[in-house]
Amino acid sequence: METTFPRLLLQHAMQRPADPAMREKEYGIWQTHGWAAMAKLVEQVACGLHQAGLASGEHMIVIGANRPRLYATMLAAQSLGAVPIPLYQDAAAAECVFPLNNAEVRFAFAEDQEQVDKLLEIRAQCPRLRAIYYDDPRGLRKYSEPGLQSVDELISTGSAFAQQHPSFFKAEVEKAKPDDVAAMFFTSGTTGNPKGVVHSHRTLLDRGHAGAQFDKLTHREEVLAYLPPAWIGQNIFSYAQWLACGYVVNCPESAATVVIDLKEIGPTYYFAPPRVFEGLLTTVMIRMEDAGWLKRKMFHAFMDLARRVGPALMDGKAVGLLDRISYLAGDALVYGPLRNNLGFSRVRVAYTAGEAIGPDLFTFYRSIGINLKQLYGSTETAVFVCLQPDNQARADTVGVPISGVEIKVADNGEILVRSPGLLKEYYKNPAATAEVLTRDGWYHTSDAGFLDAHGHLKIIDRVKDVGRIRGGVNDGAMFAPKYVENKLKFFPYIKEAVAYGDLREKVCVMINIDFDAVGNWAERRNLPYAGYTDLAQKPEVYELIKDCVEKVNADLAADERLAGSQISRFLVLHKELDADDGELTRTNKVRRGFIAEKYQLLVDALYGGKTEQYIETQVKFEDGRTGSVNATLKIMDTRTFTPVKAAA
Amino acid sequence: MSTVTLRAEPVEALTPERAARLVEQTSANQPIAPARRTGEVILDVQDISLSFGGVKALSDISFNVKEHEIRAIIGPNGAGKSSMLNCINGVYQPQQGSITFRGQTFKHMNSHEVAVMGVARTFQSLALFKGMSVLDNIMTGRNLRIKSNLFMQALRIGPALREEIRHREFVEHIIDFLEIQAHRKTPVGQLPYGLQKRVDLGRALAMEPQVLLLDEPMAGMNVEEKQDMCRFVLDVNEEFGTTVVLIEHDMGVVMDISDRVVVLDYGKKIGDGTPDEVRSNPDVIKAYLGTSH
Repeated sequence: METTFPRLLLQHAMQRPADPAMREKEYGIWQTHGWAAMAKLVEQVACGLHQAGLASGEHMIVIGANRPRLYATMLAAQSLGAVPIPLYQDAAAAECVFPLNNAEVRFAFAEDQEQVDKLLEIRAQCPRLRAIYYDDPRGLRKYSEPGLQSVDELISTGSAFAQQHPSFFKAEVEKAKPDDVAAMFFTSGTTGNPKGVVHSHRTLLDRGHAGAQFDKLTHREEVLAYLPPAWIGQNIFSYAQWLACGYVVNCPESAATVVIDLKEIGPTYYFAPPRVFEGLLTTVMIRMEDAGWLKRKMFHAFMDLARRVGPALMDGKAVGLLDRISYLAGDALVYGPLRNNLGFSRVRVAYTAGEAIGPDLFTFYRSIGINLKQLYGSTETAVFVCLQPDNQARADTVGVPISGVEIKVADNGEILVRSPGLLKEYYKNPAATAEVLTRDGWYHTSDAGFLDAHGHLKIIDRVKDVGRIRGGVNDGAMFAPKYVENKLKFFPYIKEAVAYGDLREKVCVMINIDFDAVGNWAERRNLPYAGYTDLAQKPEVYELIKDCVEKVNADLAADERLAGSQISRFLVLHKELDADDGELTRTNKVRRGFIAEKYQLLVDALYGGKTEQYIETQVKFEDGRTGSVNATLKIMDTRTFTPVKAAA
Repeated sequence: MSTVTLRAEPVEALTPERAARLVEQTSANQPIAPARRTGEVILDVQDISLSFGGVKALSDISFNVKEHEIRAIIGPNGAGKSSMLNCINGVYQPQQGSITFRGQTFKHMNSHEVAVMGVARTFQSLALFKGMSVLDNIMTGRNLRIKSNLFMQALRIGPALREEIRHREFVEHIIDFLEIQAHRKTPVGQLPYGLQKRVDLGRALAMEPQVLLLDEPMAGMNVEEKQDMCRFVLDVNEEFGTTVVLIEHDMGVVMDISDRVVVLDYGKKIGDGTPDEVRSNPDVIKAYLGTSH
């Protein structure tokens, strides 16, 4: 594929100048930019940047929400051989210092006053930063900082230059080669400084094409660009594949209007992390509960049918004639209107990734006829590594390796990837590069997993978290805490779970009930309770949770490799795990080690075979005061299952 | 396509950070002196007295408002603040005194004429059309500027249609300005209070007013909503050069965003001047805090 992003732009502009390239909703109307207009805009911005002194090989940051001018600026920088670096628009000012200095940035594109203020705030720490161009002038009219200029001014100087030098832009575009660096993405390091992931035109475009080919994307797709452009996923969907396929990218009016804009556009190709799908489902369910009696009855009856028949239909399996006919009726009465209401009427391909998605959630969307699938990839692999084929989507796998990708599982269970879309390097960080990229071209994902019997990749945990069972009947078995915890958390009654088992003879978990869900469950059963601690220790609640745990065990037993991770004992915690008490991270991930130390008494009781344990815990209230919660916690044994041997 | 500009004389820029700072500093007793350009007297109130039967709501109140300034009227409950605004606005007709607006002197104002002359207001107790969408509510603010007649509008005849598009565009700019795009089609009654207040302001702005009367724009809001509202009031004042007269209870807000403050107590004026002068005025302190015995 001997092409670059700017060349593709010119190609689209020449072949179909009037077709829409991007739309942006502004003042209540979808304003369309055609390919020719887009090319003209890019030329003007590029000429303006050239006059301002942006040189080939230099980095330029773009920061802001999805806007045509932001993407035009990325293209303009690339036309000059410079490297755009998209930064997260919600990053704090201090977080921008490292990327700016690391990449020696002199030029910046900022969407609005918020972003300009951020850059001005860190200007003293980033002495190289010379020019800031802003798109939206609101509030900026009286700023008199040196080097601050509107994109409008940049465009007008650029267009004057372009008139005098009509062949300059094309000549510049021709200079760039596919293996030149095209863009850099900073990955949020949980520890230490972020790392700049360097990608070339070739790596990004190759993966863009491979993904498009896999799902047969055409120039007729409609995409809504609503996630941060600094995240490589959005950048692939609304930039690399936009230029590779030539489809239309739609920019919502504002972050708050995304749901409305989604309905108006009706995208055909859609991506969202699981939490977005979960949020949409919750809204639907709540609104259904408020609906009239007839509608509610109809909804539930047809949803039962959909759960039974829908996924099979999606997978192209045989379905009885009667079911087929009923499903068609359901489609006319419930599923169709529901899809329309969610803005998914036209969705051909929808993806989710980033975190584990619950099977119920996943099945819900597939059962109402939305082709929701999962994918696997990261910034370093230019996203597309594994994708699920249309009729083989499952909740617990992430698909098959697509064209160009080789996958190998290392001895420690780590997944290694070789693909034409791998990063070139981490910028100015050869040590980190060497750590993840071997000489023979394998990229270490640091995810543990395996390819299942059908050739689908299954991710179980981060490599560093995967442990081994020591002693007992399951000696030496793999223990994947996150995998077990996620399986538990898919039950609505379980809010958090912490699993232990590494270097121990069995797996034990501590569970947090979901107060709303379990509270509601208790009320429906006329089960009185006096707050969280009381509810958590009700024998009925223990039975409820035991049921969930045993279901998870049965599920784990179905997989030989994970059967050893079955849960032997559990307890329900007397208080909710909280970030204020240090038990969760600020992004709500459990801090397993810290919790084990804090609740040493409970861990000992779990493994010591006790049936109950008294504990007193300090808690920090939101107003800063501290208090203590005490309770006697019951500990319950659960049934485990003998592993099912893989069918020969 | 005709372009509608909402921009009058740009003055000084206001950042969201600055607005936030303004609110934060309320307790720090360090107002930022706004370096705004104020012009000639635009509204002059002379010796206004208003009584309802035997109750004297206002007695001999005089003060003036200069162009482009933010003028606050403060006072304890029942001091006569809203009555004062209602006199300017023509809702009440004072028994005595005169009001001079842009060189024209009136015994009392007529609410329709006031609106035509370019005075818009928002209400303490919201007076929006709850069942209508945000868009339609703000559109009603364009009422005075719509020229085509009912008949033409009903039939959507060419000129009427074009006019409506023009007005809609103007309203869309206001919606953009107030950042309520997500609620464009939502019935106002379903919106939280803070947003309803913003719609109320939007409708007043749709009149393209020269003077904006705000009756407790921040009453009943939480800190965040107050910060937003402060930003919008300052933005309106600075981006469009609109003169603002506001009644407000939150002293921090008043002291920080206004150029000059009038203090009323029991229908009498007890103080007038810059926030600093008012703050150190012993009568004001007495009215607000009582005196120590």
